[in-house]
Amino acid sequence: MKFHVKNFAKRMISQKTSSSIIPFITAGFILAITFSVMLLSGCGKKDGSTNLNMSEDAANKVYVEPGKYDEFYSFISGGFSGQMAVYGLPSGRLFRVIPVFSVDPEKGWGYTEETKPMLMTSHGFIPWDDSHHSELSMTDGVPNGKWIFINGNNTPRLARIDLKTFRTAEILEIPNSAGNHSSPFTTENSEYVVCGTRFSIPMKELDVPIDSYREKFNGTVSFVKVNPESGNMNVEFQIMTPPFDYDLSHAGKGPSHDWFFFSCYNTEEAFTLLEVNASQKDKDFIMAVNWKKAEQYLKEGKAKDVASEYYHNVYDESKHSASSEVLKTVKMLDPKDCPDMIYYIPCPKSPHGADVDPSGEYIVGGGKLATVIPVFSFSKMLKAIETKQFDGDVAGIPVIKYEAALHGEVQKPGLGPLHTEFDDKGFAYTSMFVSSEVVKWNVKTLEVVDRAASFYSVGHIMIPGGDSKKPYGKYLVVMNKITKDRFLPTGPELTQSAQLYDISGEKMKLLLDFPTIGEPHYAQACPADLIMKNSVKIFKLDENKHPDAIKTVNDARVERKGNEVHVYVGMVRSHFTPDNIEGIKVGDKVFFHVTNMEQDWDIPHGFAVKGNNTAEMLIMPGETQTITWEPKVATVYPFYCTDFCSALHQEMQGYIRVQPANSSGEIKFSLGVKK
Amino acid sequence: MKKITKILIIVSSLAMITAFFTPIWMIDLEAPQYPEGLGMQIWINRITGDLNTINGLNHYIGMKKIEPDSIKELSIMPYILAFLIAVGAVTGIAGKKKMLGVFVILFTIVGITGGIDFYLWEYDYGHDLDPTAAIVVPGMSYQPPLIGSKQLLNFVAHSYPDTGGWVVIGAGILAVMLYIYELKFNKQFTAKESAK
Repeated sequence: MKFHVKNFAKRMISQKTSSSIIPFITAGFILAITFSVMLLSGCGKKDGSTNLNMSEDAANKVYVEPGKYDEFYSFISGGFSGQMAVYGLPSGRLFRVIPVFSVDPEKGWGYTEETKPMLMTSHGFIPWDDSHHSELSMTDGVPNGKWIFINGNNTPRLARIDLKTFRTAEILEIPNSAGNHSSPFTTENSEYVVCGTRFSIPMKELDVPIDSYREKFNGTVSFVKVNPESGNMNVEFQIMTPPFDYDLSHAGKGPSHDWFFFSCYNTEEAFTLLEVNASQKDKDFIMAVNWKKAEQYLKEGKAKDVASEYYHNVYDESKHSASSEVLKTVKMLDPKDCPDMIYYIPCPKSPHGADVDPSGEYIVGGGKLATVIPVFSFSKMLKAIETKQFDGDVAGIPVIKYEAALHGEVQKPGLGPLHTEFDDKGFAYTSMFVSSEVVKWNVKTLEVVDRAASFYSVGHIMIPGGDSKKPYGKYLVVMNKITKDRFLPTGPELTQSAQLYDISGEKMKLLLDFPTIGEPHYAQACPADLIMKNSVKIFKLDENKHPDAIKTVNDARVERKGNEVHVYVGMVRSHFTPDNIEGIKVGDKVFFHVTNMEQDWDIPHGFAVKGNNTAEMLIMPGETQTITWEPKVATVYPFYCTDFCSALHQEMQGYIRVQPANSSGEIKFSLGVKK
Repeated sequence: MKKITKILIIVSSLAMITAFFTPIWMIDLEAPQYPEGLGMQIWINRITGDLNTINGLNHYIGMKKIEPDSIKELSIMPYILAFLIAVGAVTGIAGKKKMLGVFVILFTIVGITGGIDFYLWEYDYGHDLDPTAAIVVPGMSYQPPLIGSKQLLNFVAHSYPDTGGWVVIGAGILAVMLYIYELKFNKQFTAKESAK
């Protein structure tokens, strides 16, 4: 049944005597309809859906033709998955999850003899972590495409990923640290990668009451030196700090090259019910560290050797194996002995981001409980230091007067300013966690010029090169903390969510929602051609220096050494050499040293044994990996290739006979016995 | 022989030295799974390219492994070419028409022998297949074309001269043309020459 507004109105009105009110009623109806249309369309915009023309436009912008490449690589942290994921932009397509701090049984990461040392720490083997922030290595303040660093927040660690292989090349445990959160931000030439403690902990005396927090607990910021050639990392020095919670950081650029800026909260020094007790002060601090000065003090011998055990794990690509080194001491600088090295700048309130604009002059504090965004001026800060405009000190560290270092405040930016990135046109973009939006503002004039809703509760944001000297102000990725109804539901646990905005124009335009792994905290992106041209296709078999590698199938063999049986296996499409093995006994520990002898791009082989309690392995062309197996029942076990390699992949299989512990079976092995 | 003939014979003979530094022949294989290309280059004394991959693929059809060390031609060819270059250079310097004739005949023999040898080599690899191979297509052989392109299962095989090969072929054709030129259009000069 159709509903006629006019007829209905007439019927209603005909009951009334006066016809003079008809025009008013009609006008009222028209107004009501107009209003509801406006409201509805308003709702449409509010949930991020767009009208048809807009959608087509957005679709065009994120569409990458089949077989064509994305413009940018983006590296989004995997949060509590402990890994890092690689996506293309603008498509949002996932290319690879790089195992870093967490085991990955699919690839054998953390299960093979070669990769197990990578996850060793002073606490033993740790199979997971919480990876928050990624940072590309830089030259002259611009990503150079060599490495990407990522932090382990839980058991404090720092990892370096080689972007030639997209594999974790090094993991360094950070001593005297807990919650390695304000990491792994780097200086302009990646001279240093920093690690700041989110949790302060007791360092001199270890077993102390929790309520001795103020007296016995300390934080540290570590400066990890990076070898410009090999990329190898070492904790060059640490700086002992008051027991605040160091949250995020960024290095200076250009004029502020020598400085590093760390945000900190809990300057209340609370150790219980932090949500209240650490939210009392109007202002916390941004800690400015002159790392050149620190270097100088280090050279002058001001640092003390502090005993602390920590692991340094390096993966040797030529040996296809990792090794761990246990380090016993670290150099510690105490600000008390090092004047002019550290200053505190008051910053409202419980700041998260400490972000430096491309020019290096402006430092933006993201005070998540603040009602303004404070923007500090580096040159004013220097002047304030010079003219000693201090507001007392904290544990001997001078506190610069807020106004003396302030360039200005962005007024009414939104609620919960968290983190700021920059474009190449003089604008900053700040995420607003509470009001769930991104706010665009002019760095010089501090005027808000645009805002765009995010779905929902954005944490960090990322513009390719947006924390470097040369941002590519084309796209903005927001990483949300809450997903709710954005994708098809998958029960109580939903995918994590990121969104892509076009920021090339005056107004930000939402282009795409895309799911991510773990919880995406921070990300980096750079032009694809910076990385893709260096991507390794195979490992050269001739250059394989793994002690258990076999270069030809003639070297394939099985050897018994007491209770250990070492099986040297070669893999070529589509068979294992050997593929029949006998003489293994219950109680033996079998080591499969498996070499993929292919030298062809994208021909990995998998290796899996029935009932193996360890994992499978994926072995790249020219690579050797080792997995162990301790069979418990005497029978014949099949093994096979798990990575579909050829038309005869399904035939790529073999058998291993396991005999009772007391049997007298000798080791035998073969391939292709002729009848 | 005219001065121009002499110069051209010397230059083209010496140009054949290129074949010591560049591949003579190339065989390229084309298939959808190999967007990056797959091929081998035959040099005067070695074979380079994706030999391992090609051998790996060939084992499905039971083809013998291509092992450059066991190919005798690769150890003989440098001497043959060096000899040919020497003869060419001497011919040019001497400027004797008869010698040019010998050079052309020699060149032709080397060319034809080389072609036949290459064909037989290809024939052997393409036909001498392991009967227990995983893929046996009745009646199918896998001989790449001597020159040109041909579909072999999922691959299109292209066989063409490479840089060094083109130079040698060019030098050969030039030698033949110069000989014809000398015979047909330079009789007078010949008469003079013989009158001396």
